Amino acid sequence: MAKNPADNKQRIDQPTGTAFVGHEWDGIEELNTPLPRWWLWTFYLTIVWSLVYVVLYPAWPLVNSATEGVLKWTSRGQLAAEMKAAESDRAPLVNALAAIPVEQLVSDQKLYQGAVAGGSAAFKVHCVQCHGSGAIGSKGYPNLNDDDWLWGGDIGAIHYTLTHGIRNPDHPETRQSQMPAFDGILTPAEISSVVAHVQSLSGKAKPNAKGAEIFANNCASCHGTDGKGLREFGAPNLADNIWLYGSDKATLTQTIKQSRQGVMPRWNDKLDSVTIKMLAAYVHSLGGGEATPAAEALAPATMEAKAANGQP
Amino acid sequence: MERLMMRGGAWLVTALVLLLAAAASADWAFSVHMAIACLAALIAAFASVKGFDFIGQRYPALSAQAASTYDDDLIRLGVIATVFWGLAGFLAGLYIALQLAFPALNLNLEYTTFGRLRPLHTSAVIFAFGGNALIATSFYVVQRTCRARLAFPGLARFVFWGYQLFIVLAATGYLLGISQGKEYAEPEWYVDLWLTIVWVAYLAVFVGTIIKRKEPHIYVANWFYLAFILTVAMLHVVNNISLPASMVGSQSYTVFAGVQGALVQWWYGHNAVGFFLTAGFLAMMYYFVPKQAERPVYSYRLSIIHFWSLIFLYIWAGPHHLHYTALPDWAQTLGMVFSVMLWMPSWGGMINGLMTLNGAWDKIRTDPIIRMFVMSLAFYGMSTFEGPMLSIKAVNSLSHYTDWTIGHVHSGALGWNGMVTFGCLYFLAPRLWGRQRLYSLRMVNWHFWLASAGIVFYASAMWVSGIMQGLMWREYGADGYLVYSFVETVDAMFPMYLIRAFGGLLYLAGALVMTVNIWKTIAGSPLREELPMTETPHNPEADRPAVAVPAE
Repeated sequence: MAKNPADNKQRIDQPTGTAFVGHEWDGIEELNTPLPRWWLWTFYLTIVWSLVYVVLYPAWPLVNSATEGVLKWTSRGQLAAEMKAAESDRAPLVNALAAIPVEQLVSDQKLYQGAVAGGSAAFKVHCVQCHGSGAIGSKGYPNLNDDDWLWGGDIGAIHYTLTHGIRNPDHPETRQSQMPAFDGILTPAEISSVVAHVQSLSGKAKPNAKGAEIFANNCASCHGTDGKGLREFGAPNLADNIWLYGSDKATLTQTIKQSRQGVMPRWNDKLDSVTIKMLAAYVHSLGGGEATPAAEALAPATMEAKAANGQP
Repeated sequence: MERLMMRGGAWLVTALVLLLAAAASADWAFSVHMAIACLAALIAAFASVKGFDFIGQRYPALSAQAASTYDDDLIRLGVIATVFWGLAGFLAGLYIALQLAFPALNLNLEYTTFGRLRPLHTSAVIFAFGGNALIATSFYVVQRTCRARLAFPGLARFVFWGYQLFIVLAATGYLLGISQGKEYAEPEWYVDLWLTIVWVAYLAVFVGTIIKRKEPHIYVANWFYLAFILTVAMLHVVNNISLPASMVGSQSYTVFAGVQGALVQWWYGHNAVGFFLTAGFLAMMYYFVPKQAERPVYSYRLSIIHFWSLIFLYIWAGPHHLHYTALPDWAQTLGMVFSVMLWMPSWGGMINGLMTLNGAWDKIRTDPIIRMFVMSLAFYGMSTFEGPMLSIKAVNSLSHYTDWTIGHVHSGALGWNGMVTFGCLYFLAPRLWGRQRLYSLRMVNWHFWLASAGIVFYASAMWVSGIMQGLMWREYGADGYLVYSFVETVDAMFPMYLIRAFGGLLYLAGALVMTVNIWKTIAGSPLREELPMTETPHNPEADRPAVAVPAE
């Protein structure tokens, strides 16, 4: 290949036994080694493979489009096929879930477990932002693992909360209640006594007779005379050690003065009904799920009827 | 003298214009940049008019008595700049690696968030460390392989200092929040214009030197350097075409829209890898490996074939960065097949480098600099196999957007670009400063092992992390629903992030050892007292079975 100058007639590099090309730059010379065969053939092989590939798959740009390829493959087509396959895999579960009333789901263990798996995936996308991964909640966002429920912990009640949300102003069926802001209704001294009473309910302070009296007149209608709360109003149990916003004096004072109006979005305009059922099953399965009241288990429709004013 | 005053005056006027721009801008970050540029112009003006015998004093290389030596002032500066920016870039890399593991290190300051420090790291290592290494070695190699002094010595100095100004403007811009949001091309329009001027000057110096060469042929290293300089000029200009929102503001809008913009960006981005980090560094390899090994280049024919096939194929491979996106399927296909065909042309460089050691393989035992070159070529080979593999759509659907990409990039960057640069610096330092040899070869060996171990920790952590991340994202449970949320994948990667940061720490430690070694070499310290890098003793007399000796 190389045209060797006369003074370089096949000068041979001793260690390799290969001829020099005859050029030299700053002491660097070059050998006239042929292309390694394995290298050349592998290069040819990749070229052949590429030629075959561009015939099989869309490749050559034309004026307005491109060659489609013998296989007629498209990335959108592949996505559609994969989605369809996944959907058909899930179809038995999804269809069964669509058919069954949510209250009866708990009794069908196999279906319930499938719903919990799907709900777990959906929860990680839609719910963890507020309730946290693991559903442990944070200040203002309830922990869903315990058995302390604001609006009810049987699967029907959870399902209703998920479907219609809490305090969604655009939605008449939403869970609705409003604690008054007592700033101005009660004097600071009175609020302070109520705080002391509320703290005493869970043993955090000594009993406060004045506070108890104010509580009975202003708070008991929703939170109950014993402070154990009422689920019809989403009024929390004040006699346990689970606190949504906090049990210290400052937080309780702020709660009573300004009230709390926690909001959860409704999901019936964002998710399909089967996914909401799955989420209900998942939340129900976390540990605090309650059994469906006997009457409702038999006649689930009554619950929807009772819900006309937003309360089951 | 008049010419000097003219030049000084021109710099002064430039400084004045920049000062006005700083004052006119409502955008304080832009004002900071104009003030930096104004300061640089003032320094240039001062340097231009200082002293009567300006050329003789400032550029002794230009004087008649220096004509018998190569113009190496700039290369000495380039070696120091490469070491300095290398340390800065590695440190920034270690810091952002720790930020990923411990987000509190964002310090709750906009200037130190990951989003601003990450381009600082990538630009510092690629453009500041790598770029200075390329400019310095290209000036060194082109003079020696052309047996000619640099063409346009004044312009060459402008290239070096202008490039440093580009680095300072880019780096401060990132911290100030100036970015056009294009990966590896973050600097804004005015910095891009400045780099274009510097780069055209670089091309003029390089081509000018080749034209005045005293050798009949152009050495292969210079083909690669020229391909690197020309292609980077083209990529830089096209990818950065944009309209400034204001002529005195740091904001601009690219002229490309949507998927066209994405395609142009990755045509640029991939070829920044191809021509900056591959072609340019192969040029370094083609000079310094045969020099250090004292062996002829393995195959002239291979160098021709792999050069042209590499140049031709690389430029089309960019679309593989956009698999499964809005980019049309046909473009994705072409990006993939060109990447696969690129495998052997890339390996041609590795073969030519490694096989140049034929007849000198024993040097791996005794010469830690050769060891560095061999390791860099091994990582080059691994990365250029991994690259085509990752471009295959089936693999890419798992690897894309995961840490696997980060692992791939770093096995190439730390292994190939870093190691080959260290080897060149070790080669250059004693020769440029006229020392007998490096201050310490044992310290080179330390650097070699620290860097190698660092890369292994880094790359393997990212491979594991990336594949795990990809598998977790796509894992479906038996009921047909995704098993993991995104945050769970982030949580699972935490241990890998610690290992990655540890690898980066080792790599940085190696670079610190190098800094001391090169510093001492430059300073002319007496050679470090140390054991020589000897071979393992071998006694062929004793290397035989015991044979019963018949009794007399």
